[in-house]
Amino acid sequence: MGKTLFDKVWDKHVVDSIPGGPQILYIDKHLIHEVTSPQAFNELKKRNISLFRPEQVVATADHNTPTVNQHLPIKDVLSRNQLAQLTKNCAENNIELYGLGHENNGIIHVIAPELGITQPGMTLVCGDSHTSTHGAFGSIAFGIGTSQVAQVFASQCLLLDKPRSMRISVNGKLKNGVLPKDVALYVIAKLGTDAGTGHFIEFAGDVFENMTMEGRMTVCNMSIEMGARGGMIAPDNTTYTYVKGRDFAPKEASFDKKVAEWERLKTDVDAVFDREYTFDATDIEPMITYGTNPGMGIKISESIPTENNTSFEKSLAYMGFKKGESLVGKEVNYVFIGSCTNSRIEDFRVAANYVKGKQKAANINAWLVPGSQRVAKQIKAEGLESIFIEAGFELRQPGCSACLAMNEDKIPEGEYCVSTSNRNFEGRQGQGAKTLLASPLVAAATAIEGKIIDITKQLN
Amino acid sequence: MEKFTIVQSKAIPLAIENIDTDQIIPARFLKATDRQGFGNNVFRDWRFDKEGALNVGFVLNDDKYSGEILITGHNFGCGSSREHAAWAIGDYGFKVVVSSFFADIFKGNALNNGLLPVEVSPAFLKQLLTSVTNAPDSEIRVNLAAQTITLLSTGTSESFEINSYKKTCLLHGYDDIDYLLNQEEKIEEFEKQNC
Repeated sequence: MGKTLFDKVWDKHVVDSIPGGPQILYIDKHLIHEVTSPQAFNELKKRNISLFRPEQVVATADHNTPTVNQHLPIKDVLSRNQLAQLTKNCAENNIELYGLGHENNGIIHVIAPELGITQPGMTLVCGDSHTSTHGAFGSIAFGIGTSQVAQVFASQCLLLDKPRSMRISVNGKLKNGVLPKDVALYVIAKLGTDAGTGHFIEFAGDVFENMTMEGRMTVCNMSIEMGARGGMIAPDNTTYTYVKGRDFAPKEASFDKKVAEWERLKTDVDAVFDREYTFDATDIEPMITYGTNPGMGIKISESIPTENNTSFEKSLAYMGFKKGESLVGKEVNYVFIGSCTNSRIEDFRVAANYVKGKQKAANINAWLVPGSQRVAKQIKAEGLESIFIEAGFELRQPGCSACLAMNEDKIPEGEYCVSTSNRNFEGRQGQGAKTLLASPLVAAATAIEGKIIDITKQLN
Repeated sequence: MEKFTIVQSKAIPLAIENIDTDQIIPARFLKATDRQGFGNNVFRDWRFDKEGALNVGFVLNDDKYSGEILITGHNFGCGSSREHAAWAIGDYGFKVVVSSFFADIFKGNALNNGLLPVEVSPAFLKQLLTSVTNAPDSEIRVNLAAQTITLLSTGTSESFEINSYKKTCLLHGYDDIDYLLNQEEKIEEFEKQNC
């Protein structure tokens, strides 16, 4: 029987197997940030052990950083302390840190790919569930807890049971205005937030083959929202072209040698997956969520489903929506375009293209938060900044920002926010905030109209 | 890590599905640099209103219910990888979480912190929730060595699965770092061959 992409990468990284127990998996790259690493560093200190392979660790500050006035000292004492702790820990352990103000700073899942740190065939972990993003390159990438961060610090390995495999194929031509985020939200709405639990997903089919790396990252990013540890897409020319020439990418002859290796990673034709799902691209439309988990999504043109279940009703009560109603026409005062899901240059191009020559609605607060310093620079270089400013949008500095509202970027209580981020959990964007997940296009349209519109009517 | 053997206790029924880690511990409480004290803020926005007043309708605030066992709905712990969720539940005083389904990362984090996730059938979960809700003094016994969970009032019991390696770790109080540190030679050999 043939092997899947996942099998090939996994098997190549198994150091040993414990009889009747987990396997020891070697980790090529370990990404860290300020929130989930301090307790792991403490653990090393407590046990008096040193970091095993510091050169394989890369750090950034992103979760807890301000998105305005980054040159000034951080006001919040706890946040400031957490960042100071990261700086100290990295210095003491010889870890490369792209801290606040550094030209490479940004959201960890945006900077590692753009610096060429993420490459096909790798194993890559981070104390953050959206590490699944990096699977877009055909790497095994997944989020870990802080105890596991300490394990990788100590040994560059993890003890893991091999997950089961799932393939999600989407074939056909996507309709105009249907973006990678819509594909992800559509699949999660169909399968549910627990469908992927215990599995690693391979996204296959011509929809993903024709996607840019930015789009693939959006899709793989959201695989955790269906419960999967990670998602992967087989590397191809799109991948190699993206990686080539980036700061940490292999150079010249060694790059060609790597490409030859990466070419062999594709799933064999006779490989068998534990579970398979297939969807038709032409059925997908611009999506939006109406509830408090990412599986509660509908096509914008559809109405909220009718389900008689306490958890469903609790969720609608929190959102202030009724069963069977449409979201079209609902007034929204906040729009957030950012997060590790949708804060890459392509996302801002889509938004700018829609916004160009228009004005945001008077009731709207539109926050644009680039994923990295490099994306911020690119926004300026391409002239998108002036489009946004003229339209009345607020372009901020890079970070995780209102995706999880750890910093000052909180959506006020009771307010709706159409957000390009990944989670619409209760209070995720601030206590009492109500999140509606959507693509950058839907978010931009909401900002212009001041309410949710059926974007499909403008597209057709 | 503390050794885990048997827990016999009353339980708290939290019959909500898809409880995510943002509910267990909201992100604004993740600014600490140590592991202690997260129990104060477990389920913070369900336990308290925005002004900090106790939400008396929430089950953790109901004096009828107490115990070291939390019984919850399907897909518990979905969302973020924050281990703070497992720390918060443990710090609050729970030793066992029972559900019909756990999210992967939460389950792993719980096991790494001596908090036992017990996965039961949907039917048994319903029975546990009903019994405990109606008779808050009902005790539940979780025996890790035997891999059984028993509702003592009726004697109804179900066995649960746990990875044999993780079971050994919990019974003896070992953790993965101890194991991995002993594998250094093998890991270095792997690096020589592959890196």
